[in-house]
Amino acid sequence: MTQSAEHILDHVDLFRQPEYKEMLENKRKNFEEPVPDAERDQVREWTKTWEYREKNFSREALTVNPAKACQPLGAVFAAVGFESTLPFVHGSQGCVAYYRSHFSRHFKEPSSCVSSSMTEDAAVFGGLKNMIDGLANAHALYKPKMISVSTTCMAEVIGDDLNAFIKNAKEEGSVPKDFDVPYAHTPAFVGSHITGYDNVMKGIFEHFWGGKAGTEAPLVRQPNEKINFIGGFDGYTVGNLREIKRIFELMDVDYTILSDNSDVWDTPADGQFRMYDGGTTLEDAANAIHAKATLSMQAFCSEKTGEYIAGTGQEVVSFNHPVGVAGTDKFLREVARITGKSVPEALRKERGRLIDAIADSSAHIHGKRFAIYGDPDLTLGLAGFLMELGAEPVHVLSTNGGKAWEAEMDKLFASSPFGKNCHAYAGKDLWHMRSLLFTEPVDFLIGNTYGKYLERDTGTPLIRIGFPVFDRHHHHRYPVWGYQGGLNVLVWILDKIFDVLDQNTIVASKTDYSYDIIR
Amino acid sequence: MSLRQIAFYGKGGIGKSTTSQNTLAALSDLGQKILIVGCDPKADSTRLILHAKAQDTVLSLAAEAGSVEDLELEDVLKTGYKNIRCVESGGPEPGVGCAGRGVITSINFLEENGAYDGIDYVSYDVLGDVVCGGFAMPIRENKAQEIYIVMSGEMMAMYAANNISKGILKYANTGGVRLGGLVCNERQTDKELELAEALAKKLNSKLIHFVPRDNIVQHAELRRMTVIEYAPDSKQADEYRQLAKKIHENGGKGTIPTPITMEELEELLMEFGIMKKEDESVIGKSAADLAAASA
Repeated sequence: MTQSAEHILDHVDLFRQPEYKEMLENKRKNFEEPVPDAERDQVREWTKTWEYREKNFSREALTVNPAKACQPLGAVFAAVGFESTLPFVHGSQGCVAYYRSHFSRHFKEPSSCVSSSMTEDAAVFGGLKNMIDGLANAHALYKPKMISVSTTCMAEVIGDDLNAFIKNAKEEGSVPKDFDVPYAHTPAFVGSHITGYDNVMKGIFEHFWGGKAGTEAPLVRQPNEKINFIGGFDGYTVGNLREIKRIFELMDVDYTILSDNSDVWDTPADGQFRMYDGGTTLEDAANAIHAKATLSMQAFCSEKTGEYIAGTGQEVVSFNHPVGVAGTDKFLREVARITGKSVPEALRKERGRLIDAIADSSAHIHGKRFAIYGDPDLTLGLAGFLMELGAEPVHVLSTNGGKAWEAEMDKLFASSPFGKNCHAYAGKDLWHMRSLLFTEPVDFLIGNTYGKYLERDTGTPLIRIGFPVFDRHHHHRYPVWGYQGGLNVLVWILDKIFDVLDQNTIVASKTDYSYDIIR
Repeated sequence: MSLRQIAFYGKGGIGKSTTSQNTLAALSDLGQKILIVGCDPKADSTRLILHAKAQDTVLSLAAEAGSVEDLELEDVLKTGYKNIRCVESGGPEPGVGCAGRGVITSINFLEENGAYDGIDYVSYDVLGDVVCGGFAMPIRENKAQEIYIVMSGEMMAMYAANNISKGILKYANTGGVRLGGLVCNERQTDKELELAEALAKKLNSKLIHFVPRDNIVQHAELRRMTVIEYAPDSKQADEYRQLAKKIHENGGKGTIPTPITMEELEELLMEFGIMKKEDESVIGKSAADLAAASA
């Protein structure tokens, strides 16, 4: 036995002991029907060729490692951003376990969300009873101020009608008649997490502005001077929303963050469990109709919501996840234009400092080639920033990006000499990315945690930016928006560049003439 | 005029699509701008209007294109007789998949892409019975305001009509959907008119029209035409015109149905002498058995 109570080995070391090595080798030989090593290696090499890439890109009926999640994940993300709001997913428990664990692994925080626990009988007879019981239980046990209902595949396939179900549940007394239960149909097999985010946001505003499910008269917009801010689905929401608030306060802007989940996913360890924390108050959500304008940081996360808000007479301005100097400039200019406030000296200084930092490191980043994958807005923002740094975003891939995203991307490439020879790949997956990295290698890959398999396979160093990031801690606490956010992204990129450079030069008396103290 | 939405439901094979297309053709003669949404996987709700075998369906085109998001409205929308716009939702082959989900997908697609803009009437033509949440999609709030059930004097057609009423009732209490009435498509069964009227009364509805059987419908159908178009001066065309007029004037006059139990339905048949009362002796006996017994 290699494991003993006196000396406990971590699994990293444990499975490297001779008896485990032998056991794993025997398992492979006797039970896994391995192909001869030479054949395996030959096929592996073939998958790195252009020939294989062409086959890979003509794939029609198969997706391998899509870089996207499903609608209800985005639904939960949006819902927890409202004051004391419990996300309620009409569907089976396993789905909800996935959303909760996904967020907990990324934010390192508990993530509260309930399901209506649909089982076989609910699939046959419809989930009305589950809705009635579920709303009653959730309301009694967790005492939320609002329950935001969304759906999973199962409820959608059998055609459960949330509107009628919630009315029925209210009539049965599950929750008081005037209790806020906004809803959105979020079939997991349509769109992605950003679609779910969009649907829930729209559902919540339709609820508050459209007469709260017939319990009140619909609101009539009486324009004021406030502005609304919608962040979109964002793995850096904790750091980003705090940064946005800081910027608005510096500019003396009267604002409402719509869906502010920065506190609920960053609760202090002070001995008190907070199922709900912070969030947009329900009153603010209702009053948001009166705002002068709504700013959406991620256009592809708020297509329907933006359209709905614009329908009330508000100006809606959308960005594509701006990162860096030009992106932040554009954002601040719009804020200044709409509110009539000026950009204060403090922010101007931050801008200057970011430019200074970029200039300081320019020699190391200029001309470097990158591959990026992620959500449509994030990839646009990052590609823009890379070109600003003089780097080339050679491959930009978005599984949940469509034709519109591809067109935006092409426009962006055309705007800079660094965008020459760069390509956008809409609707492609990480197996496509693998072929790209083998046939047209780049210096660095930017993506979420799942990119580490591509890093291992292709040897392309991974810079972790995106959602989810499970295997590095606390990056979500840092903003990537604003000039400060741009600085963070710059540092993350540079850290990896220098790490790789150090590794390349670390061999004593062989390469260490470049193993420098100063970079 | 605000958008009026209606739906035709009924047992499979009852003549639902024929009745609805003829009625809608007559409605368009009244100057109404109409959109037909076929919600039947066999996609025959628009063939008489389009003179086509079967229209390319939303779902088959979506499957070809990869996803519904890849479709444009003009791919799925065809225009037929008197500019009636036609869409078929389509669905899977028998034995696989989920046709109900197909109905949901199609209707969402149409709404999101503005298919209802500039239209006076949307008519949903829905397969057979209310079988799952998907087929009840047109009954949901803000969809069809009135449901018309096509039936006949046959027991199973009446059974289906009663079942559909149950589906409507589920949604009527919380929403605005109402039963517009029954349309009896004559099968020449015993006391058909009386029976249909009695059932309508039991369901707290009315028999909005009794469409007599006429072979001219067959002749028109073989030419993939409505009677309205094929033989506008025929008596049958006039029947459909009457039905169209009645439906047009029936806006907002629908009722919340009161479905009955199977026992009540059987009692109704007994009342009209179609089924003998409590005649236990005939149950489970073949015609030959009964002939032998009475000989």
